[in-house]
Amino acid sequence: MATAMDRKLWARWQEEIEKSPPPELPATTVSGVAIDPLYTPDNLDGFDYDTELGYPGQYPYTRGVHATMHRGRLWTMRQFAGFGTARQTNERFKFLVDKGQTGLSTAFDLPTLMGLDSDDPRSLGEVGRLGVACDTIDDMRQLFDGIDIEKLSVSMTINAPAAIVMAFYLANAQDRGFDWRKMRGTIQNDTLKEFHAQNEIYFPPEPSVKLAIDVVEFCAHHVPQWNPVSVSGYHIREAGSTAVQELAFTLADGFHYIDQTLERGLDVDQFAGRLSFFFNAHNDMFEEIAKYRAARVLWADRLRNHYGAKKESSWKLRFHAQTAGCTLQDKQPEVNLIRVAYQAMAAVLGGCQSLHTNSMDETLALPSEHAVTLALRTQQVLAYETGVTNTVDPLGGSYFVETLTRQMSEEARRYFERIDELGGMLGAIDRGFFRREIADAAFAFQREFDAGHKLVVGVNAFQEKDEKPLDILQIDLAVEAEQVASLNKVKRDRSAADLSRTLDAVRRAAEAEENLLPSLIDAARARATVGETMHALADVYGRCEGAVV
Amino acid sequence: MNEQAPLRIVLAKVGLDGHDRGVKVVSRALRDAGFHVIYPGLWQAPEAVVRTVGDEDADWLGISLLSGTHLTLVPRIIDLLKAAGLDHVGVLVGGIIPEADIPKLHEMGVSRVFGPGTPMTDIITYLRSEGSRTHA
Repeated sequence: MATAMDRKLWARWQEEIEKSPPPELPATTVSGVAIDPLYTPDNLDGFDYDTELGYPGQYPYTRGVHATMHRGRLWTMRQFAGFGTARQTNERFKFLVDKGQTGLSTAFDLPTLMGLDSDDPRSLGEVGRLGVACDTIDDMRQLFDGIDIEKLSVSMTINAPAAIVMAFYLANAQDRGFDWRKMRGTIQNDTLKEFHAQNEIYFPPEPSVKLAIDVVEFCAHHVPQWNPVSVSGYHIREAGSTAVQELAFTLADGFHYIDQTLERGLDVDQFAGRLSFFFNAHNDMFEEIAKYRAARVLWADRLRNHYGAKKESSWKLRFHAQTAGCTLQDKQPEVNLIRVAYQAMAAVLGGCQSLHTNSMDETLALPSEHAVTLALRTQQVLAYETGVTNTVDPLGGSYFVETLTRQMSEEARRYFERIDELGGMLGAIDRGFFRREIADAAFAFQREFDAGHKLVVGVNAFQEKDEKPLDILQIDLAVEAEQVASLNKVKRDRSAADLSRTLDAVRRAAEAEENLLPSLIDAARARATVGETMHALADVYGRCEGAVV
Repeated sequence: MNEQAPLRIVLAKVGLDGHDRGVKVVSRALRDAGFHVIYPGLWQAPEAVVRTVGDEDADWLGISLLSGTHLTLVPRIIDLLKAAGLDHVGVLVGGIIPEADIPKLHEMGVSRVFGPGTPMTDIITYLRSEGSRTHA
């Protein structure tokens, strides 16, 4: 980059800023990174356009993974939805498609996420509350009833029991006559970040990863357009990490999945192109944009130069973004609309492939229809009115954004080295490294907030005395009873012999370290529940014991 | 209030809710402010929470809930506290609690509800002013 600068003018500017008052609040990013008052060519020493930026759709993908990006094709507007019974969520899906949503995204309830059935005593009060209850393949059938799942892409957020839920999905799709090879979608299936942050944990780390890789391997052979893992930084960030920690830990998880899949004898180009990512879209616009750009560069470099991938599709980091739930406030909740709009713009300027915008009422409850419509409209305004889609990577070449992108990459690489020093991914988990790093960052932010160095509108600044509460979605407490009753009916009507035969086969496959998907699909058809199947696997894998702090 | 012994508080995550950012931040802030904090980790059953409160001779119990199950789990814990003869222990709730549910929790015996965005100093000041009901 040109460094021609008039030093006299620069000196004059230096003098002027030295005389002017310092900023009222520390000029740091939301992650606490100090930001200079101005960025100039001086910050980009040795910058080379061709190697550091290049062209969109070309290595190293700093400017985006497609040649035309959003000018050619908009991101997928995908609102996460799920509550109550499968029938209720199916209605919400159809409502969202009717409003112009272009993909579906399924939220499961906590018992399902934890691998428990609706009638488990630990599920009391949780059934259908934060997502949809899914105990058996029959719930899966109801969930996608009347929806063409060859046409619409479907995302499912599920981790510890992901292989089982994927088996439900595949068995149901086949029974309905859909072609696995045409189906597009994503299953989150990222068990590593559960240990770092999200805490939906059932098996110890090693078998948890083994199960995740079973899905990767099976999909590589049979469901080739499916994204079998969504390597997720979202939850790491929500737990309080910095932007760099989100970036580094997520990519390190991705590298671990690659290493483990290679051990199965697959070629990297057979599966790497289908690994997708899920990042947070937080408040600090430029820090977020730099994070997405750095992620693409780091991934492409590792895949090409370390793993030796030959296919360009293996080098491309594709990602879904969701605006940051942890930034939403219960004070003056309409203000959340504004936060979400800026966060969404950061995700789009950073080159996301799909986006969920949070609803303004999501600190209080699951979104009402009114709130979710506004959230979707936020994306539509961004796409059709603001002009941000007209050119690719409009911030490319910005002294500031390029400097931040470089800094982020360098810091992430330092984290990769530290993780290696701790014995790799599983060693670092075992030593509590990720949880400690994240908790430290969360506490540091809280201190900044308490000290008034970071202001949150409506909370520690610009408060209102009399606030009007929003109308929020109420989950009917009868849902739990309804779900338990329908589960009981499934259990009465199924063949006990088929159930025990197929669950035995699951146990044997786990012992033999075979890919579990074929036996899980058989068990799904025999109406084995999520909880029963997890139990069968725990006979072989054991449980993650001890308190998680 | 006994000036010598630090106040003892058990912080608890009950049920399946894994949102532990808040409870960990509160743990550290209270510890740094001189409280004796006991945080036994995720997924505690109500019975286990009450056992910890008794074993640790706690003055306060802080329950963290962000999964919307407060109206199911909080009364259960309060009933178990009473049954164990621990009704002198003050109960706080932190997390995501809709405005309309706060009076219901107070009626059940919860002393205070701290929502998102609460400065740590609010919790510390509150506990210091209330002190211990055990050793008062």
